[in-house]
Amino acid sequence: MIWGVLQFPGSCDERDALHACKVVGGEARLIWHEDRDLGGVGGVVVPGGFSYGDYLRPGAIARFSPAMEAVAELAAAGGPVLGICNGFQVLCEAGLLPGALLRNEELRFICKQADLIPLPRTSDVDGPKTQAGVEFSAHQHEGATLSIPIKHGEGRYYAPDDVLDELEAKGQVAYRYAAGHNPNGSVRDIAGVRNERGNVVGLMPHPEHAVDPLTGSTDGRKVFEALEGFAG
Amino acid sequence: MSDASTDVPRYRELGLTDSEYALIVEKLGREPNAVELAMFSLLWSEHCAYKHSRKLLRRLPTEGPRVVMGPGENAGAVDVGSGYAVAFKVESHNHPSAVEPFQGAATGVGGILRDVFAIGARPIAVLDSLRFGELDSVRSRHLLDGAVRGIGHYGNSIGVPTVGGEVYFEEPYEHNCLVNAMCIGFAKTEDMVRAAAAGVGNAVVLMGASTGRDGIGGASVLASAELGEGDDSKRPTVQIGDPFEESKVLECCLELLAKGLLVSLQDLGAAGLTSSAGEMASAGGVGIDIDVATVPLREADMEPFEIMVSESQERMLAVVEPSRVDEVRAICDKWQTGSAQIGVVTDSGHIRILKAGEVVGDMPVDALVDGCPLYDLSPAAPAAWVYGNRATLAADADSAATLLALLAAPSIASKKWIFQQYDSIVGSRTVRRPEAADAAVLQLPESGNAIAVSIDGNGRKVACEPFNGTVEAVLECAQNLACVGAEPLGLTNCLNFGNPEKPVPAWQLDRAISGLAAACEELGVPVVGGNVSLYNEGPDGPIYPTPVVGMVGELPDPARTAPSSFAKEGDAIGLLGPFAPTLHGSELAKQRGELEAGLPEPNVAAVAAACATVREAVRAGRVASAHDVSDGGLACALAECAIGAGLGCRADLQELRERGCTPEEALFGEGTGGFVLSGDRAELEALGARVIGEVGGTTIELAAGDRSLVVGLLDATEAWRSLDARAESVAEPPADA
Repeated sequence: MIWGVLQFPGSCDERDALHACKVVGGEARLIWHEDRDLGGVGGVVVPGGFSYGDYLRPGAIARFSPAMEAVAELAAAGGPVLGICNGFQVLCEAGLLPGALLRNEELRFICKQADLIPLPRTSDVDGPKTQAGVEFSAHQHEGATLSIPIKHGEGRYYAPDDVLDELEAKGQVAYRYAAGHNPNGSVRDIAGVRNERGNVVGLMPHPEHAVDPLTGSTDGRKVFEALEGFAG
Repeated sequence: MSDASTDVPRYRELGLTDSEYALIVEKLGREPNAVELAMFSLLWSEHCAYKHSRKLLRRLPTEGPRVVMGPGENAGAVDVGSGYAVAFKVESHNHPSAVEPFQGAATGVGGILRDVFAIGARPIAVLDSLRFGELDSVRSRHLLDGAVRGIGHYGNSIGVPTVGGEVYFEEPYEHNCLVNAMCIGFAKTEDMVRAAAAGVGNAVVLMGASTGRDGIGGASVLASAELGEGDDSKRPTVQIGDPFEESKVLECCLELLAKGLLVSLQDLGAAGLTSSAGEMASAGGVGIDIDVATVPLREADMEPFEIMVSESQERMLAVVEPSRVDEVRAICDKWQTGSAQIGVVTDSGHIRILKAGEVVGDMPVDALVDGCPLYDLSPAAPAAWVYGNRATLAADADSAATLLALLAAPSIASKKWIFQQYDSIVGSRTVRRPEAADAAVLQLPESGNAIAVSIDGNGRKVACEPFNGTVEAVLECAQNLACVGAEPLGLTNCLNFGNPEKPVPAWQLDRAISGLAAACEELGVPVVGGNVSLYNEGPDGPIYPTPVVGMVGELPDPARTAPSSFAKEGDAIGLLGPFAPTLHGSELAKQRGELEAGLPEPNVAAVAAACATVREAVRAGRVASAHDVSDGGLACALAECAIGAGLGCRADLQELRERGCTPEEALFGEGTGGFVLSGDRAELEALGARVIGEVGGTTIELAAGDRSLVVGLLDATEAWRSLDARAESVAEPPADA
């Protein structure tokens, strides 16, 4: 699958995401924020960083970019979209994912390795179509944890209780921090969520920084692979 | 020219002496006008002209086979093979940080990043060297908190990882903290660019942020004078940073350079347009005309002199062929950053300032940039220890209590609280994260190898004896690099000293530069750049003389680097190298209030040989871990290896007693040349290491005659981790800060 990685002014991790997409087996290219056309990519990564300097609110300006209109269309068509850190914030601001990211509980930027628990989707409507996706679902059911770094100042996931109840009921909580690993005070230890269909996933941890054994773990590959099944 | 209210001549308020002013009048053949005086006062300041240090700096060795760019460019650079180069430089932002720590530190990072991408290298890492007063001081915690937030704010936001650094907490930095930032860049050698203006008729284009009234007089008023009472009023001279703007300018400049659209490029730092235009003209042997009416401003009514000296951040100056200007400006537009043609390269040899065509300043480049007199110092060695002593450790503390007190010392304890606030991984190059090894290791997939970087400079030791203390700083870096298997390629430095017009700081500076030169010469490591920060004094006197050394080394295989912590139970522990510890200048001497002048002379050749042995052993995978013996001596080094691994250890330090050390010196004495290795016993012995113990258990047991000790691993860990809680107790800034 060909991944497209969005690039906004102020993006930081777009080259890392590009590299990660290539490592997990796909082709990948950068997509400039002003491009209304995604150029036929199968899936999109909205990368980490500080798009527009986090001015106003993280993600609040980037969501209005022409490329994000195209991403919304891809998401509506069931194509895979992965938002990482600032990209997660952008997807929440764009209304493609529920909830919001607030300042870390301790009001400091924090960078460290964290253990994540991947959670399964409850229904398999539009489910993973590839072998990797199927294996990932199986892996999710085993409850194995993933070691993936986090680095952010505004990563405290928040949504009202009734929304959270619904997310949990529908299997929309995609990743939780393992016990003792919640770095920011996220409600119900939520590290990442998915849309109802499951093709749009956002998470604060950085799977693109966990694809090379030399620089840490390789567990991040599974986060990318899990979405490949949604490619058309 | 005088100020009626005080009768002090304006030039003196701007920091020029009577004789310097007379020289300016002589060179111009007339009195300078207000614009010219403002510009001269900045370029003739200590900060820009290095007038008290330049003569001494000529002692430093600057050449070597791997040097791509040396001193005089925005940053130095060394060849790392396959057509690639690594650029690096360290710079201070001490006085701004002492006045306003968040913005001071943030713009310190912003400035050093610009220095590196100004030569066409993409910044790939930042390291910081910080000095504050003791951690029990409210002011120190306030400055620490602000500086760390500021560094994180800038580095994190711009996507350059902060991969390492060092921090010391010492009384003499109470009023004058040090914030030194080092940036590493990576470039294709053929894409790099110099700062010399060239091509008469070429356009001078200002890119990036607009120009405002911030930071006016920063270089002269703030950086070239002692701190003192009423520094609040200097806060407007501190610049305000915007990492988002810099991120756009960075990407824009790298794209412009990759497309070959720029003749030359220079960042705007201290003294703003004045120094960047002046230095570009000087380096190119040309003149430049600048029309201030064409400079994009934040406030419409700025005076010509304000425009010329503003230190507004995130600006770059480029020389562009006239036919390429439109293309350059289109790329600036793409990156949503500003651009304006503000001048032209001339053959006049003059910097001319115009305002809508009317000449408001006209100075020969050689007078403005290179005309400042260079001074000889009047050094005099002090009769004895000139700094204070404060005992914090009971004289009768036993060895176990002493080890715990040393591990808990803020200068030795884990700096996790600090480095967790920095993004250390963006860029996907970070093979060794902070505190995982003695040096940061960054992989370079493009050239197929890796670099290691270390920054160090123990001011307390330099205060004991400036020559030997500076040699120790260089050797510490070399040892750190050896522990990850790296061979030094080049060195940069930031010389933080007191007032050079006073005899003792002058002596410290003179001796330290000689020590730096001698150590670099003997190690064969060229000095490719540096920075000098003088007048670092508070009401209680000068700081510890603090030469901060940043060293870059190369290693062939990023997969072959050793961690600093022990690897597994049952491994043998070896001590290697010409380590002959003493208590001179040690953390223990400090805690006992027994600091005094004097430091033994290191044996550079012997340390270099030990470094080579360790380096080769690490590269060959013959050791499981490697850590150099540094602050707190062998006992602390062993404890750090154990804590990091979560494994205890047992060691007999009798070996050092055979070298003439007392039990206490064997445990806590400091000195150069010591390496703690772990691994297979036979391998360690084959390397020439003396096997002194074994990894395992839940205690740290060190046999040293009547000073033997046993400390639980959990107790040691708790002490070493104690900085987190103490640093977090940030209070409001002190009333006078």
